[in-house]
Amino acid sequence: MELHTASPSDTREVAAAIARLARSGDIVLLTGDMGVGKTVFAQGFGAALGVAEPMTSPTFTLVNSYQCGSLTLHHADLYRLERTGEVADLALAELAEFSGVLLVEWGEAAAATVRDHLEVHLDVDDADADALDEVTGRTIEISAIGPSWAQRYGRLTEALARFAC
Amino acid sequence: MTVDEHTLVLGVETSCDETAAALVLGGDDVISSVVSSQIDLHAEFGGVVPEVASRAHLESLNPVVARAIVEGGIDPSRIDAVACTIGPGLIGALLVGVSAAKALALAWDVPFVGVNHLEAHLYAAFLEDTNLQFPLVVLLVSGGHTMLVEMRDHGDYRLLGRTIDDAAGEAFDKVARFLDLGYPGGPAIDRASDAGDPDAIRFPRAMMDDGLDFSFSGLKTSVLNYVRREPDVASVDVAASLQQAVIDVLVHKARRAAHEVGATGIVLGGGVAANRLLRAEIAAACAADGIGAFLPSREMCTDNAAMIAAAGWHRLRAVGPSPLDIGAFPTMPLLDQALIR
Repeated sequence: MELHTASPSDTREVAAAIARLARSGDIVLLTGDMGVGKTVFAQGFGAALGVAEPMTSPTFTLVNSYQCGSLTLHHADLYRLERTGEVADLALAELAEFSGVLLVEWGEAAAATVRDHLEVHLDVDDADADALDEVTGRTIEISAIGPSWAQRYGRLTEALARFAC
Repeated sequence: MTVDEHTLVLGVETSCDETAAALVLGGDDVISSVVSSQIDLHAEFGGVVPEVASRAHLESLNPVVARAIVEGGIDPSRIDAVACTIGPGLIGALLVGVSAAKALALAWDVPFVGVNHLEAHLYAAFLEDTNLQFPLVVLLVSGGHTMLVEMRDHGDYRLLGRTIDDAAGEAFDKVARFLDLGYPGGPAIDRASDAGDPDAIRFPRAMMDDGLDFSFSGLKTSVLNYVRREPDVASVDVAASLQQAVIDVLVHKARRAAHEVGATGIVLGGGVAANRLLRAEIAAACAADGIGAFLPSREMCTDNAAMIAAAGWHRLRAVGPSPLDIGAFPTMPLLDQALIR
């Protein structure tokens, strides 16, 4: 599905709606260029799961983990690995196996190594590109890869209906 | 064991892309300090690559330790303890140093001390100026961290503020890569800014008067949006304007933190502390406020093992050795309970 958000707080809400449908073992891959709102999305996603502390960038540490109730949110970032083919060394899918939800920034490189996942692609909305102020509009493209998210796709579409293009 | 001015500590550091070893006597007298950088190795990838880093540490560590001992002109039997970074950092890289340091401690039959890398950065200034008076405010800025810490005494810290998203050095790295200015991004931005106009573009100063936390993710996005909108803008002007925005916020908050805790001075630490504009502006702000500005040399600001040995000496004296089964902690916070008495 394709969505449009007008502001960072909209993007946070989209992330929260996805997080509320997330369950143990889920993998969400975030893709898109630098500065399109992956950090904002991750913060909205974590807040909806109950992460109270600031979610700092995992670019340096590769994976930051947060305990939220019975779930663990693993927040990964492949920015430094995307060009090196070392993604397999991180064993991402194993992280999600034990009561974990895995959210991966710069997830393009992991798409081949994780079969069942939700892909969220963020981009700057061209319609706003010639505005003089900051470009805050974003398009968000969501695709369910594999059976696990396909089952929840109807509920997800419903929850995100107000952002649909 | 008695820990005093005659206690000689071997420090080992492998948390990121520097392999380092150093001998420090009595907690502040640097006998030798050797740093082998992997920057050239990582430059082709535009960042630190974990597996490459681990393999390089494995190859460099023995020669680096041997050189620290030879340059120190001492016999290994004179070493009283081995200190090593156990976190935070890249797990594969940390484990190389931790395993080697434990093996050395075991072979020499001396204590092993696990050191928090962030805590060690707080000690770097003490290696060059032993007369520092508490309380101090330390501004620790690097590619992975941005924090303000009140140092009330040895081992007694309070986190005053930290980034809620990206580190300041990360903003430099990512924008430098986007503008093709080179790696590492911090020095590249510093150099490019010389030829640029810091007032060319007014980038946002996030959370300027909003507590002591930092936020640099929005600034990075704002810079990228600007360049996408104005593709013909001069890179040097973008670099200089970004640098000014980051440093305005860092200096403003460090100064307010020092005022709030009644600090005798501000200490800089971390790789971004090598930035020339940051050093000049912290020095000017401290002079205006009548407090000290402690700006360690570039060698002490960036990752090194002398600061690890110094922090290890203080930890050994206050808490004692660490158990040999202690692990490595990639996301270890500054105030980690595992290492507090």
